[in-house]
Amino acid sequence: MELCDLTALELVQIVRQRRASAVEVLESCLKRTAAVDGRPGVLDSGPLTDEDRQTVHAFITLTPERAHAQAAEVDRKLVAGEDPGRLAGVPFTAKDIFCVKDTPSTAASRMLANFVAPYTATPVARMEAAGAVMVGKVNLDEYTYGSSTESSAFQPSTRNPWDTARVPGGSSGGSVASVAAGEAVLSLGTDTAGSIRQPAAFCGVVGMKPTYGRVSRYGLIAFGSSLDCPGPVGRTVTDTALMLQVIAGPDPHDSTAAALPTPDYLANLEAGVKGLRIGLSPEYFQITFPDARSGGAAYQQQPVPPEMERSVRHAAEVLAGLGAEIVEDVPMPNTRYGIPVYFVISRVEAASNLHRYDGVKYGYRTAQPVRELKDLYRKSRSEGFGLQPKLRILMGMYVSAAQYSAQYYKRALRVRSLIRQDFEQAFDPNGKYRLDALLTPTTPTTAFPMAAVYGDSVLMQYADQLTVPANHAGVPGISLPGGIAPDGLPIGIQFLGPDFSEGRLLQISRAYELATQGEPWRKVRPGVLR
Amino acid sequence: MTDEITPETFAYLIGLAALELDEKQAEYLRSELNHQLKAIHELEAIPLDENVPISLHGVPYPPEISPALRQDEWQPDPNTTAILEQAPRQADRYIEVPDIPHTTLE
Repeated sequence: MELCDLTALELVQIVRQRRASAVEVLESCLKRTAAVDGRPGVLDSGPLTDEDRQTVHAFITLTPERAHAQAAEVDRKLVAGEDPGRLAGVPFTAKDIFCVKDTPSTAASRMLANFVAPYTATPVARMEAAGAVMVGKVNLDEYTYGSSTESSAFQPSTRNPWDTARVPGGSSGGSVASVAAGEAVLSLGTDTAGSIRQPAAFCGVVGMKPTYGRVSRYGLIAFGSSLDCPGPVGRTVTDTALMLQVIAGPDPHDSTAAALPTPDYLANLEAGVKGLRIGLSPEYFQITFPDARSGGAAYQQQPVPPEMERSVRHAAEVLAGLGAEIVEDVPMPNTRYGIPVYFVISRVEAASNLHRYDGVKYGYRTAQPVRELKDLYRKSRSEGFGLQPKLRILMGMYVSAAQYSAQYYKRALRVRSLIRQDFEQAFDPNGKYRLDALLTPTTPTTAFPMAAVYGDSVLMQYADQLTVPANHAGVPGISLPGGIAPDGLPIGIQFLGPDFSEGRLLQISRAYELATQGEPWRKVRPGVLR
Repeated sequence: MTDEITPETFAYLIGLAALELDEKQAEYLRSELNHQLKAIHELEAIPLDENVPISLHGVPYPPEISPALRQDEWQPDPNTTAILEQAPRQADRYIEVPDIPHTTLE
């Protein structure tokens, strides 16, 4: 066991007690990165080599000098008797969708490959103010548009540390892979349809989408502004709680950051689940498979794979054994519409957000001769954006056009209300179900092979079908390891809760984590670490 | 079943989106758009009561959790030069753009 394999909680104690320096902890992570990561993602990377296929490629930009300075400052504070912060010396990575002053902030797009951020995103600033050490910026789907990280303009894209022939999920693929492989202890991701929880499930780590408004979006390069949620990734529930504690809270720079005090997420973390009501919904044991190429609206539903259902049922039994009350057959009838609604709403918001990239103010500008300003826009955007941003712009413009808006955009916004109502009824403290949390599988499958789905934008989107309803509703969700499938890959289980109930979700997750600590699957490590 | 987004509609969208696409990209993107629209048509199966409101975001923002608006006060950035230098083409603290031809609004 090396320093980089310890938890954030353990490392903070070790650094504070000066049993190891923050610089030594950082060097442990950098050494692990050198051992497992391979080359970082770059533009125009050339063909993949055999070595590329066996390494993780979590990073776009490593920032070792900056990190060394931060770690040395933590050590200096300790020597001087100053408080080094709650996350003193804990190495973390930031998804390269967050602006960090004086570092490249690329969104994994050619459009921003040369963009050096002039300011730092609030969640990153709070991590660093708490003594955490940013090791670097990690890969993602271009502008977060995807569920496998394969659409990054910076290749090789991230691979799953459990099996490098598999995707890590996405869009926060670099975040979860860096944590799973011990290249960092924590990571900052974002979740718009499941982009923290789905990759966390694929890579066997803990990932949380907080309530919309719990964590500031200031400095986050925007995708879907009504859906985007920054959130923590860790290897344990306690680390995830510790990180959320640091990044959450009101922010004068973000008018959608809720004016609510941040509870103490660690105070009741191990209070158990006795008397809590945890629901299971039949709709979350069904998955929808699109057959759009058949020429009609042919969508098939089938049960989730048996190993996914088994893990969820096992978690329910474990929690029942700890005193929770399991409530079966909670209706969530609009779950299946989460993806169609998302196809509309997220595209309209993405198209709006992407209009700022014009080749004039910052970012990519065509080198071709241009006749006039609109020609500059067209050429810069066509060369700077990859296929996925283009697809989102075009769909967003179509479904929000005046003649189609009522049919598509406004209808989707109303179905979004129905999805929200499903959660309100399940969590209503005076209602029939009175749930503290809903327990579900996180994903329809385990991590799929590289290139197996990429290119089919419809099938790829359906990888998020069990996570996206929480984004529409704004409610918090957490994915945590729930077993290992027969294919040797991690299975994620998900808890969803009412608005601003992150503390309760962490408490339930911790109870499950503690109770299953001795189960054999907990001892299996990612392939790159064996 | 005919494609909802025809080549003509697609060409119009490309113009609105300020994009230029080669033939291969255009073919792929139009095909994916039409596949996505088939998924979106699933929404038509839902009986929607006229009283169902639209949701612009999931979490309600009652006044007690809505942040107070900031005063509308000008605050100078400490380093405007660095921001200007992000522009791909600039000179003498001006951002350079090509000709902006006169356009008559319809």
